[in-house]
Amino acid sequence: MRLNTLGLIIGVLLLFSCGGGQSKIDQIKEQSKMAEPTSLEEAEAKWKDYYGVGPITSSFSVPDEVDQELAATGKQIYDLKCTACHKADKRFIGPAPKDILTRRTPAWVMNMILNPEEMVLKDPLAKQLLIAYNGSPMANQNLTEEEARAVLEYFRTL
Amino acid sequence: MKSHIKYLTIFTIAVLMAFSCGQTGGTSGALGGDLASRSFVPPGEHDEFYAFISGGFSGQLAIHGLPSGRLFKVIPVFSVDAEKAYGFNEETKPMLETSYGSIPWDDSHHPDLSQTNGEVDGRWCFINANNTPRIARISLSTFETEEIIELPNSAGNHSSSFVTENTEYVVAGTRFGVPFPQRDISIDDYKGNFKGAISFISVDQETGRFNLEFQIMMPGFDYDLAHPGRAASHGWMFFSTYNTEEANTLLEVNASQNDKDFIAAINWKKAEEYIAQGNFTEMPSRYAHNVWDESTQMATSTMKTSVRVLDPEKCPGLVYFLPTPKSPHGCDVDPTGEYIIGSGKLAAAMTAHSFTKMLDAIENEKFDGDAYGIPIINYDDVVAGVVQQAGLGPLHTEFDDKGHGYTTFFISSEVVKWKVGTWEVVDRQPTYYSVGHLMIPGGNSQKPFGKYVVAMNKITKDRYLPTGPELCQSAQLYDISGEKMELLLDFPTVGEPHYAAGCPADLIKPNQMKFYPLEENNHPYATKTEADARVERDGNEVHIYMTTIRSHFAPDNIEGIKVGDKVYFHVTNLEQDYDVPHGISMIGANTSELLIMPGQTETFVWEPKQVGVWPFYCTDFCSALHQEMQGYVRVSPRSSNIGLSWSLDGE
Repeated sequence: MRLNTLGLIIGVLLLFSCGGGQSKIDQIKEQSKMAEPTSLEEAEAKWKDYYGVGPITSSFSVPDEVDQELAATGKQIYDLKCTACHKADKRFIGPAPKDILTRRTPAWVMNMILNPEEMVLKDPLAKQLLIAYNGSPMANQNLTEEEARAVLEYFRTL
Repeated sequence: MKSHIKYLTIFTIAVLMAFSCGQTGGTSGALGGDLASRSFVPPGEHDEFYAFISGGFSGQLAIHGLPSGRLFKVIPVFSVDAEKAYGFNEETKPMLETSYGSIPWDDSHHPDLSQTNGEVDGRWCFINANNTPRIARISLSTFETEEIIELPNSAGNHSSSFVTENTEYVVAGTRFGVPFPQRDISIDDYKGNFKGAISFISVDQETGRFNLEFQIMMPGFDYDLAHPGRAASHGWMFFSTYNTEEANTLLEVNASQNDKDFIAAINWKKAEEYIAQGNFTEMPSRYAHNVWDESTQMATSTMKTSVRVLDPEKCPGLVYFLPTPKSPHGCDVDPTGEYIIGSGKLAAAMTAHSFTKMLDAIENEKFDGDAYGIPIINYDDVVAGVVQQAGLGPLHTEFDDKGHGYTTFFISSEVVKWKVGTWEVVDRQPTYYSVGHLMIPGGNSQKPFGKYVVAMNKITKDRYLPTGPELCQSAQLYDISGEKMELLLDFPTVGEPHYAAGCPADLIKPNQMKFYPLEENNHPYATKTEADARVERDGNEVHIYMTTIRSHFAPDNIEGIKVGDKVYFHVTNLEQDYDVPHGISMIGANTSELLIMPGQTETFVWEPKQVGVWPFYCTDFCSALHQEMQGYVRVSPRSSNIGLSWSLDGE
């Protein structure tokens, strides 16, 4: 009985001491963090590698020709839901969308609109943007995927 | 040294044994080791039931979770609430209008939930204002008060608000007999001249909108509580009465003379027939009907001018009296609809009337005289049984789904469990202290969820840390899933909890409104984009069309306001995400903040009295830049010719 109890105490102590060390997984996580860009410039330099985190996958692309009808729909949505924080060609609360596809992949733009909360936590470029824009979070305006696609089309006309 | 180690080892073993004993403790008794876990909802998990607990003299409705007892929200209903701008912003002010003018407070007593086919359906909650008689409807999608209707000819709206089994009506009684209609007569002329109005308010099944369909002009007894018939007895409504003596002074003595008062059984299907036949009086009456419109996000108040009144003396078969000892308080109908329980608060026994026997007695005219033309059924021909000597001061009964009644006893501070049909007491548990109502989720329905009962107490004395002369109000949760009731939890409540209603959370959770779509905002002063933000002057009136989003207002610099102006801030929250309200308040404004849900527009009025530059800011912590969310208004002298201008970031 007494020996068993002592054994239990030692066991518990061992368990706690194990918790204090760094596991392999943590080490890997740490290393991958190190590889992440530490400034917006660094992140933007690699923009072609970033597709964002969310419902849109890296294979998403847009056709060469701009769909003017879709863009017009997109403008209406943008004017109603986005202009409180974005101006077409100058920095405001958030970045300007003009020429956005020369700085971001289409999938990244879509994911930023559709899934901003997770983007600023996980996407290396979005993380840097949050810092560069004073910690002002991108609001999730609950656009549907179709609506976000229309907004993206509008951005291509700017 | 060696002996030290030995003692330390023994001590360690003892401690470990003590812990292991605690973990294997029994499943019953207040010292049961797992008692706490049975009302514990782990962080991040949801409660199984919603409880809607009346605020009593707070006038509000509190939303708790069961079994945890956690408080989620206090919905303002009959009293102003500066926290939520209820009764302070321009949109909700009409909700508190009455025929007496605007009233900032009331006393809310008995919530009840909408039903379909005799089961709780999670659409609406209803609650009564006791002092200035009104009934309110609360949406269980937005958890906001959507409608309030005043009840004319009523006074002390206590036997309310009870819902029939398809939400055909919300029914409301009156505690005070009053001159009907009101007139200038001697109080001593009470008998025969004072009447009690019972109101039937219809509910539109699509919109929930109320209409006061008719009132029944009952004798001037005090109508204390009520419940609807269900299943076989659907179409009937039962009201307990006291003061059948019709005393108008020292009621504590003079209204306690009769050995038996009555339960009034009202056949409302019959009432509908009389109305259809035109056998009613259209009586001039003034009463306010206040409706919240979700599309315009504004309340309107309309003054109604007449009500249809049925006189039972001229409507045979409409009302019967069931003699019931003695000053019965609770009037409760079991889930099958067969038994109507009168809890005679001045009697030791509770009386169970049989609906089947009542119908037979009516058919065979087994009557013992009448009161104001209303037949009194022979006591022996309607009573099914009596729960004898169960306790002192029975008040209210609810039922589980296994054939048991649970009755509170105010004087002996206990809940007593008894068997429907045999009327034998099977268990009793103390309450702390002086219990009033109790609630089992689904209690007023054919389908109670007999897992928990909540007892609502009038006195807490030593149960909590003291807070000066006024102590906290409290409810207690009992597990009733087993043979014996077990006290699991005490939890504080808002105001004085009278009655409550409850239902499984799954009935309500999936229907939650998360935000108001901007596209559907038809508020006349809505500003749907920052491009439309502006300031307009109309004489001394200034309208600011303002937007708010994390983390700025547009406009946030305004000039050209003058002393003596009446400035309306119409603020639209442009957010379209869950749980991102914004607030706003203005220094020196003689009103509350606004608390604006995403997609909503709200308005407050500011009448600047001094020249200067005055700040406003966001009052709801909305983001990391919340503290930056602010603006200025420049106020110039009346004689100034500075024109209106507004901007955000210089544009």
